[in-house]
Amino acid sequence: MSNKFVGKEVPQTDSWLKVTGTLKYAFDINFPGTLYAKLATSKLPHAKIKNIDVSEALKVKGVVTVVTGRDLPYRLGLYLSDRDVLAVDKVRWIGHPVAAVVADSLAAAEEAAERVSIEYEPLEPVLTVERALEKDSPLVHEKLGEYRVFPGFKPVPGTNIANVFELKHGEAEKVLEEQDIIIVEETYSLPQISHGAMETQNVLAWWRFDDYIELWTSIQSPFATRFLMADAMGLPVNRVIVHAPPSGGAFGLKAGLGWEPLVALLSRKVGHRPVKLILSRAEQMTIAPVRDGFIAKVRAGFKRDGRFIAYQADFYLDAGAYADYTVNVAKTAGYSADGAYDIPNVHIRSMAVYTNKIPTTAMRGFGHPENHWPLEQTIDRAARKLGMNPVEIRRINLVKPGESVRATGDRVRADEGDPQKVLSMLADAIALNHVEKPEEPWKVRAKGISLLVKAPSQPPNAGASAIVKFNEDGTVDVLTGNGSMGQGTPTSLAIIAAEEFGIPLERVKVNQLEMVNTDSNPYTWQTVGSRGLFSDGSALLKAIDDAKEQIRETASRVFKVPVEDVEVSGGYVSSRTHPWIKKEIREFAMGYTYPDGTTVGSAVIGRGSYAPVLNTFLDSDGQGSNTVFHTYGGTGVELEIDLLTGQVKVLKAIQVYDVGKAIDKLLIKGQMDGGFIMGLGAALYEELKFDKDGGVVNANFFDYYMPHFEDMTAEMESYTVETPQKDGPLGARGVGEQVMVGVAPAIANAIYNALGVSINELPITPEKLWKTIKDQKPELMERAAKSLYGEKIQGVSQI
Amino acid sequence: MRTITLTVNGLSKEVSVNDNEVLLNVLRDKLGVTSVKAACWKGECGLCTVLLNGLPVKSCMTLAVEADGKEVITAEGLYSDDRAKKLQESFVKHGALQCGFCTPAFIVTSHHVLSKEPDIDGEDLKKELSGIICRCGTYYQIYDAVRDARKYYKKEH
Repeated sequence: MSNKFVGKEVPQTDSWLKVTGTLKYAFDINFPGTLYAKLATSKLPHAKIKNIDVSEALKVKGVVTVVTGRDLPYRLGLYLSDRDVLAVDKVRWIGHPVAAVVADSLAAAEEAAERVSIEYEPLEPVLTVERALEKDSPLVHEKLGEYRVFPGFKPVPGTNIANVFELKHGEAEKVLEEQDIIIVEETYSLPQISHGAMETQNVLAWWRFDDYIELWTSIQSPFATRFLMADAMGLPVNRVIVHAPPSGGAFGLKAGLGWEPLVALLSRKVGHRPVKLILSRAEQMTIAPVRDGFIAKVRAGFKRDGRFIAYQADFYLDAGAYADYTVNVAKTAGYSADGAYDIPNVHIRSMAVYTNKIPTTAMRGFGHPENHWPLEQTIDRAARKLGMNPVEIRRINLVKPGESVRATGDRVRADEGDPQKVLSMLADAIALNHVEKPEEPWKVRAKGISLLVKAPSQPPNAGASAIVKFNEDGTVDVLTGNGSMGQGTPTSLAIIAAEEFGIPLERVKVNQLEMVNTDSNPYTWQTVGSRGLFSDGSALLKAIDDAKEQIRETASRVFKVPVEDVEVSGGYVSSRTHPWIKKEIREFAMGYTYPDGTTVGSAVIGRGSYAPVLNTFLDSDGQGSNTVFHTYGGTGVELEIDLLTGQVKVLKAIQVYDVGKAIDKLLIKGQMDGGFIMGLGAALYEELKFDKDGGVVNANFFDYYMPHFEDMTAEMESYTVETPQKDGPLGARGVGEQVMVGVAPAIANAIYNALGVSINELPITPEKLWKTIKDQKPELMERAAKSLYGEKIQGVSQI
Repeated sequence: MRTITLTVNGLSKEVSVNDNEVLLNVLRDKLGVTSVKAACWKGECGLCTVLLNGLPVKSCMTLAVEADGKEVITAEGLYSDDRAKKLQESFVKHGALQCGFCTPAFIVTSHHVLSKEPDIDGEDLKKELSGIICRCGTYYQIYDAVRDARKYYKKEH
């Protein structure tokens, strides 16, 4: 088959709507008569609610109603139903929504929300993981034991542990005690960060008079939203109709279930009128979930020949006040803690811990930015101790597809990818041993690398489905549940359909009006975990086969040849044995009609579905087969460090990923480059800061700095390896999340390689690096100062 | 309340506004112009940038009354400008967008930059575009797209 579209650079199909600003996001959708909701939030981190006085709020002109938690007795959650719709009886963090105001204008709703008066009885707040795990710690959730738990998660009632995951593979502790083992032992941490999706969460809900609920909402999981909401309220699933327009960025924030139940209930309360909630940026960063805070205590053992033979780690996730999705982040960080390496003895304990801080949820690559931060630095530290090169030690320890067994006991598939090739390409591109000297002698150039691997983290039955409809003129409409949030998967699906039928790309449309609608689009679990192309693409290929089969049956009657002799490709339907018998596909779109009107066959509509094969939940030792594909990748950086200010400037970035089969090279490059930028933000700048009571103090884009145009590296090289995945659509794997995972460890490794100082805590701000150099290598700072100010200067590192 | 007149993407509109109302809300909520986006409402992200009498302004930081009698152009209004349409086409071709939420702001801003200085390059270009945040991180692609579109803004075009 000639590849007309696959592997080319195809812009996203909705590009022209985006460059003209005319693509409709949920943010842009409104109806006449829509009312606005605003939330009144807690000022205390942990307190009993003694009284809520809404009388002053109700006096504001334009206010229709004020609702409090007791009016909305539903429990919400995907993996753990630990969430209230609004605070009931007690507040759990500064920002916890306590009451919701509905008014005829946003201004009125805002004014009324400020007038809601809440009387508290303060409780001791639990503000750190350490405190939360002490025996006498107050409980964030007293009724943890009553919450509904998805299989595979283990909350510990009577404690602040929302989930504890343990993986035992081999005998890590025993091996770590053996003689002649090089031990690398460190503690690492990551702060809470914001997803920073530019379109804040927003929901327009209309609880109709017939008790059907329509939602227009900025999400990545229309079907999960529909199911979880209906389930929580005891409604039949199809009573909830979710319209999911493309999202203005999501990054995990918009997975699972968001504000939809609240806004829908408000709509019912105000007489079935549509109600809209739009979070402000400050609200997005104080009342809505963010990425978990993370602490890792790791102990790794290496043989003298460089073999990584034992890894023991304890992970603690600061889950904040709600851990719904974060319980899975803890599990995922745990079972994939061995990264891309074949480590025979692994023991991981990973727990999500409640605190009285902002709740947390999934974020791009979840579990992996967390567990690769310690792992990839451990490798470089071991390399230095062993006198090895960072490339060589990785080469020795990388998994061998078809042979190795990962820490879950699952065999590494032979067609899973080519990690050695990824490493080789990365090593060639970065050339670790050639580091230039900067012009200013107080600066140092450095290079570092990091490898990674990531699979979608999903339940064993996370399925997908697709419909392929032919129109009268032979154009094709594809329906999937795959949501669009910038990753461009609908475009990749269009490419696959165009390629398979051999029709021009512009004759294929994926998803009506660029949106997913749960009433008309077929099911997919969620658009998360880099699973979209793989799962929805697999379903689509089956739907295409089904449509082709229908065409072949009709054609066999028209051509008077056996069905198996009919071929559908390249835009034509033909006989294999009599190739001159050939008609365009479009002639069969509605069945084939002879000149006299006789019609054979009927409208072509293909259907296909997909579910993971032989996946199960992991057992109590974290053993089992729970993944569908793994994407390997590597990141390399060259950077410059100013020894006198601690400033790091990344000059060059390299990204290499084994994508299986590149369906759309423009989209892949966009992901690799853009993911690097997001990773750079997490590495150098981003951190939610808390005051002494656990309130977020930098909930805005000035104090919480995300990368801007000036942060572009001067050079950016991105490469793909294509080792086909046998059961992937045309061999493809997902790559949307992997692209940010390796950035922070590569930067930290570069600094370590150049200076020999360890920064175990993100972000690597100038202050932090300056202090680290001063503490660990004061002589470097002294030398740098002398190079700038002359020999007379002394004691710079004693400042 | 007072009545102001705005020309929005070529159409003249009369609209009553409060003295403290910002242009962003008047455009989106009162006039239904959703090709201007917003992400911080506080002048931090640049997503609500529009051209006001040809100059880029953050519409969340501009009082509607300041815009009285002036011309507002958003990304959809630029489609009818031959050069800007080429700029938009360059964004499409280079994949200079992912979720697309910041794209309208980058389009109007880079159109202004190229109109003013069609030879702009390197750090100068980056600086001109540094007021807008793209969380998808499409800066490399936007940089290429804008550079590639410079030719349409030079005199011979």
